[in-house]
Amino acid sequence: MSRTRFHDALDELKDRLLRMGGIAEQSLAYAMNAYRHGDRQQCALVFETEQAINSAHREIDELALDLLAMQQPMAVDLRLIVAVIKINADLERVGDQAVNIAQRVAEVLDLPPAELPADVPLIAGIASQMIRQSLDAFVRGDADLAQNVLVTDNEVDRMKREIEQAMLAKMHDSPEFTRQALDVLLIARNLERIGDHATNIAEDVIFWVRGADVRHGKVDVIG
Amino acid sequence: MGVNIDVCDLRAWFGSAEVLHGVSMHVRSNAVTAIIGPSGCGKSTFIRCLNRMHETVPTARVRGSVNIGGFNAYNGTPAVDVRRRVGMVFQKPNPFPTMSIYDNVAAGLKLNGFRSRRDLDEVVERSLRMAALWDEVKEVLKNKSGASLSGGQQQRLCIARALAVQPEVLLMDEPASALDPISTAKIEDLIYQLKERFTVVIVTHNMQQAARVADSTAFFLMGDLIEYDKTEKIFTAPADKRTEDYITGRFG
Repeated sequence: MSRTRFHDALDELKDRLLRMGGIAEQSLAYAMNAYRHGDRQQCALVFETEQAINSAHREIDELALDLLAMQQPMAVDLRLIVAVIKINADLERVGDQAVNIAQRVAEVLDLPPAELPADVPLIAGIASQMIRQSLDAFVRGDADLAQNVLVTDNEVDRMKREIEQAMLAKMHDSPEFTRQALDVLLIARNLERIGDHATNIAEDVIFWVRGADVRHGKVDVIG
Repeated sequence: MGVNIDVCDLRAWFGSAEVLHGVSMHVRSNAVTAIIGPSGCGKSTFIRCLNRMHETVPTARVRGSVNIGGFNAYNGTPAVDVRRRVGMVFQKPNPFPTMSIYDNVAAGLKLNGFRSRRDLDEVVERSLRMAALWDEVKEVLKNKSGASLSGGQQQRLCIARALAVQPEVLLMDEPASALDPISTAKIEDLIYQLKERFTVVIVTHNMQQAARVADSTAFFLMGDLIEYDKTEKIFTAPADKRTEDYITGRFG
C-alpha cells in the first residue's frame, strides 16, 4: 500500500504553508518598518502583500480539502491536515492585523507628531519572534519549541496592558494627543492579537505532533 | 444478547509455524470490534480460533483460552456447540446454491432438529428482517435460489443464515470486500444495527470501514496484538508507532 503520492502532497502542503508564513512575517515587518520610519511606502507594501496572503489562504485550504476528500488520511496525517487548515486561518489573520497596523500608521502620519511612552517595536519584535518560533516548531515537528511560544504569550499580554495604561494616561493628561495615543493603543492590541495567533499555531503544532489538545489551558489526549 | 469474549494467551500454529504468539484481549459484548493488520498478520486466524474453525485445517493447533460469555470454547465443549453460539460470515458470499432463499436460512435450524413449519417460518422471517433482506425477497422466498440474488443480497442472506441459529457472537471476515459501495453501505448499516443484539467481530482490510463501523479496533502485526483501543483513538492518535505507520500507509 504505497502512499508516496499522498505523502508528496503532504510535503507540498507543508511547503505552501511555510511560504504563506513567510509572506505573513514579511507583511508584519513592512508594517513595523512603516511605524518606525514613518514610511508610507512600507504601508503600501503591506496592502499589496495582503493579496498574496489571501490567494495563498485559498490555495492551501483547497489542497487540504482535496487531500481530505481523496486520501482519507488517518492519525498523524489527519492531524497534520487539520492543523494546516487552522494554522492557515491564523496566518491569514496575522496578515489582516498587519494591514490594520499599516492603516493606523498611515493615519498617525497625517497627525502632528507626539511623544508617546510606548515601546511598540519591542512588543512587535516579540510577537514577530513568536510567529517565527511557532513556524519553526511546525517545520521541525517540535512540540517542545511550540510549548515555549505559549509561555511567551503571557509576556506580550503584559506589555499590551502596560501600553494601554500608558496611552489612557496620555489621553487623560494631554487630550490634544488623543488620536495618536489611541492609534498606538490599537496597534498594541493588533500586536497582541498576532501573539494570540502565534499561540494558536503553536497549539496546533502540539496537536499534530503529540495528538494532545492543549487549548484553553487544558491537556486532553484525543481519542 | 451478545456476550463478552475473553481471550487469554492464545497461540495458534499451522504445522510448526506459530502464527499467533499469545494474544490476550477482551472483546466487549454488544459492540463492534474490528481487527486490522497487513496480510499474514494473523487476524483471520484469530477470529477463526474464536469459533474453532482454525482446527478444521489439517496440522493446525491452538493453545490458550477463549471464554465466550462464561463458557470455555476449548475446554471439552464440542466444536459444533461453539459454532452455534459463534456464527461466521465469510469474505465471499457462500449461499447453498441449490437451495431456495428460505431453505438457506432454515438450513442450520433443520440441522439442529428444528421441524415445526410455523416456527421455521417465524425464524426465517425474523432472520431475514434482521439482515435487512426481508422486504427484497419476501415474495420469492421459496421459488428463487440463494445463488440468484445479487452479491450484496447473497451476503445479507449469509448473515441471515448465521443469525437464524441465534448466536451470541457474529464473526465477519472481510464481509464487504467483494461488494460494490452501495451493498457495502448496506452491510455496514446492518453491522451497526446487529450490535444491539450480538457481539460483532469484523476482520477488514479497509481501514475506513473499520473507522466507520467499529467501537474498538485491534491492530495485529506478525501474529502479535500491537494495539487495542477505542476506534477513534486508533485512527486519530494511536499510541504505538507501528500502528501509526500502518494506518497512515507507511508500511504494509
